[in-house]
Amino acid sequence: MADDSAAVRLEGINKTFGSFVALKSIDLAINAGELVCFLGPSGCGKTTLLRVIAGLEQQTSGRIWQNGRDISNAPPAARDYGIVFQSYALFPNLTVAQNVGYGLVNRRKGRSELDARVNELLTLVGLPDAGLKYPSQMSGGQQQRVALARALATSPSLLLLDEPLSALDAKVRERLRGEIRQLQRRLRVTTIMVTHDQEEALSMADRVVVMNHGVLEQVGTASDVYERPETPFVADFLGKCNVLKATALGGGRYRVGQVDLTLPEDGKAAGESVRIYVRPEDRHVDGDISGHPNRLRGRISHIDYLGTFCLAELECEALGQPVVISYSLNQLHDLGVREGGDVEIALRVDRVRVFPERATT
Amino acid sequence: MNAIAVPATGARGTSRWALATEALAARGGLVLLLCGLIVFLTVPLVMILVRSVEDRAGEFVGLANFLLYVQSPSLAQSTRNTLSFAALTTATTVPLAFLFAYAIQRSCIPSKGLWRNIAMIPILAPSLLAAIAFIYLFGNQGVFKFMLGWFGLNSIYGMPGMVMAMTFASFPHAVMILMAALALSDARLYEAADSMGTSDVRKFMTITLPGAKYGLISAAMVVFTMAVSEFGVPKVIGGNTSVLAVDIYKQVIGQQNFSMGAVVALVLLIPAVVAFIIDHTVQRKQQALLTARSVPYQPHPTALRDRLLLAFVIVVSALLLIVVGMAAIGSLIKVWPYNMELTLRHYTYGFEEYGIEHAYRNSLVMATWCAALGATITFAGAYWLEKTRGADLLRPAIRFQALLPMAVPGLVLGIGYILFFNLPANPLNFLYGTMAILVISTLVHFYSSSHLTAVTALKQIDGEFESVSASLKVPFYKTFWRVTVPVCLPSILDIGRYYFVNAMTTISAVVFLYSPKTTLAAISILHLDEAGALGSAAAMATLIVLTSAVVTAVTFTLEWGLIRRTQKWRNTAKT
Repeated sequence: MADDSAAVRLEGINKTFGSFVALKSIDLAINAGELVCFLGPSGCGKTTLLRVIAGLEQQTSGRIWQNGRDISNAPPAARDYGIVFQSYALFPNLTVAQNVGYGLVNRRKGRSELDARVNELLTLVGLPDAGLKYPSQMSGGQQQRVALARALATSPSLLLLDEPLSALDAKVRERLRGEIRQLQRRLRVTTIMVTHDQEEALSMADRVVVMNHGVLEQVGTASDVYERPETPFVADFLGKCNVLKATALGGGRYRVGQVDLTLPEDGKAAGESVRIYVRPEDRHVDGDISGHPNRLRGRISHIDYLGTFCLAELECEALGQPVVISYSLNQLHDLGVREGGDVEIALRVDRVRVFPERATT
Repeated sequence: MNAIAVPATGARGTSRWALATEALAARGGLVLLLCGLIVFLTVPLVMILVRSVEDRAGEFVGLANFLLYVQSPSLAQSTRNTLSFAALTTATTVPLAFLFAYAIQRSCIPSKGLWRNIAMIPILAPSLLAAIAFIYLFGNQGVFKFMLGWFGLNSIYGMPGMVMAMTFASFPHAVMILMAALALSDARLYEAADSMGTSDVRKFMTITLPGAKYGLISAAMVVFTMAVSEFGVPKVIGGNTSVLAVDIYKQVIGQQNFSMGAVVALVLLIPAVVAFIIDHTVQRKQQALLTARSVPYQPHPTALRDRLLLAFVIVVSALLLIVVGMAAIGSLIKVWPYNMELTLRHYTYGFEEYGIEHAYRNSLVMATWCAALGATITFAGAYWLEKTRGADLLRPAIRFQALLPMAVPGLVLGIGYILFFNLPANPLNFLYGTMAILVISTLVHFYSSSHLTAVTALKQIDGEFESVSASLKVPFYKTFWRVTVPVCLPSILDIGRYYFVNAMTTISAVVFLYSPKTTLAAISILHLDEAGALGSAAAMATLIVLTSAVVTAVTFTLEWGLIRRTQKWRNTAKT
């Protein structure tokens, strides 16, 4: 069954710890050269899945292929990958150069060849002069890069990153995100990164794998998972969502409280109880909105000031429940939105998702 | 730059053979460790069970020996004596140790390091030293014998001397446990109490004591077990008060009654195992007491409290020093108290006169072997247990047996060794009566604490080193040698020192196993005391203390130098 075009192929991976199911029938193919992020809340199984691929955990059942080779039962040393852990796991008693060259020493290469390769790698990660330092003399971000250089030293065909940025300050994290992505593109090394930070996943990944309770919820590009979430969990986990209790009226029409909404999405039979997922930014607030269907009137009860964007809670009596909508800082000032003020908005329905009620509980 | 991108050229370079070697090394190490523990710990213990249901001729007699034991009034008396000895020792040691630890951890008295070091002195000495010192002080020729009357005693021999000497010997162990318990404290609990205007007494009763509760129980259990299984102190200063430990010795060495010895050993095992289980349960709870968010408590000066505690600490330290000093002075005096001339003859002619001139050298040899082998085996064993992959079914069995020695009194282990290695059919019979069996029994006897020290050190380093080296195709044993050992070297030295000092001072297991050729310094004290050569007994005890002290000082200096030399990479906790 193995398809040689996939760099990594997982088939029916299950992993249980006692009675706890960590991974449930995971099927996934990762293409050569792409960067895939495993994203999910803590305990969702993303790190376990990475460790199964690395051979650090043995799957309870299922098979793994790497470049067409069955590695389901191979020990870690018989697989081909480099790995960076959250803690970096740099050897504290070895210098940066010794750390980077750790996996090269065995390979019967000459001293000068080894030194050249270590220098090449350190230059690659932007630390050309750090070779003689010890890890503890470097900042967290620098240690992270050393760990990356060490993982890449043996030219693995697969790079595994286990929450590589989560121990860093926000600013450093943002910079390294870009650097890792750039490096990965340049080397065209197939990369799997585990993260719980959705911004990180959306900004870096070619494809995002959203996981929850040991199950793959959705696999797709950033815009797939954010704009077209396939499950209520994905819609809820990525970004913010208003969840409106509604009843289908048929023909794409839905009743929420005393309001009828017209949505492009259809297929729900009249009378079915559903939940409508609307993001705060899916709204029209400025310009002439009288032409839009799905207009709502209400009073701003509360504004969360977040900087570039602010979230306003709209009390809408006809709707029977509050909705949160976002304003850019400019809109907030230009439109004179304030707590206690009345506004009229129109829901923007092209990205709205409707899920049956039973799927959302 | 593209050279880097080329994958798979030799990336799978690890040969099948190398992988097989690595797997073999991982599993082989575990199998070796397990076999060692089974042969040198579990089987000898099982032999005790077997012998306890056999008669002298080796015929199965069921529980007849136990019946005999229960019906023997002298053994019943020993059991009562042993329990009251242990209970009294616990009742004196734990409160003293608690106050001492409290003064060091929770007050602002000066020179804390000095007091702490003085409190640790008894560890360097065989427990017999205190017994000898108390004989010098309060014995039949004791200078302070007259003081006994003040407390309604007429002789130091028996329970009073035993309890006093045992309190001295067990004091540092209790202090260490209680200092650790009192070090774990959340300053914010005290701040919260202060913000509500709580009195000092109430804070002590509602925060400090409950916080140290598990430490107190643990200390009590450790002291109780030490006293129950103590052999030297009752032998030297017990007079006519018989205890189980001495009974075993008499049954086995005196009457060659191995079956009855085995029965008494099993009886002795009961309180030790119960105490061990309580201690173990309680320690788990202690670990759960503190969260990662706790803020350590910093004591503030309080004049009255600090003065009272300082006075207490000085008095206790002085008493500890007097006991050690008394033995040292006694060893330098011709005939206490009749001829107070200073002399070195107890050190020179004394040992030869009683035929133990090799004992000190034997002890040095044995302690050195124990330190070297012990540090190597214990650390490597803990590493193989905690950090390798595969053979997962073996691990629980190893873990259990690694902790087992803590619950087994040395005497019991010693009996097991006689019963097992003295069997003519045993292929390991050749070990009997050699230095090797002394080294092995001591290693096993002190394995648990050393094992736990090693495990703690290993848990403090990054858990992913082995995963990283596997991904880099470097076998785990290379990483062990190149990274783990250098990083953990201070702990390895600690383990070696612990084995050395204990090998110098122990008598309990080895007293059954030495031969005239391999007699040890601590054991020779017993013989010197029996022969009435108190001066030479004190000399030998002093020699042991000095040796342990020098070795401790040397290891600390080594560790300090090592940490200083490597502080470039060691100084931070970032990784």
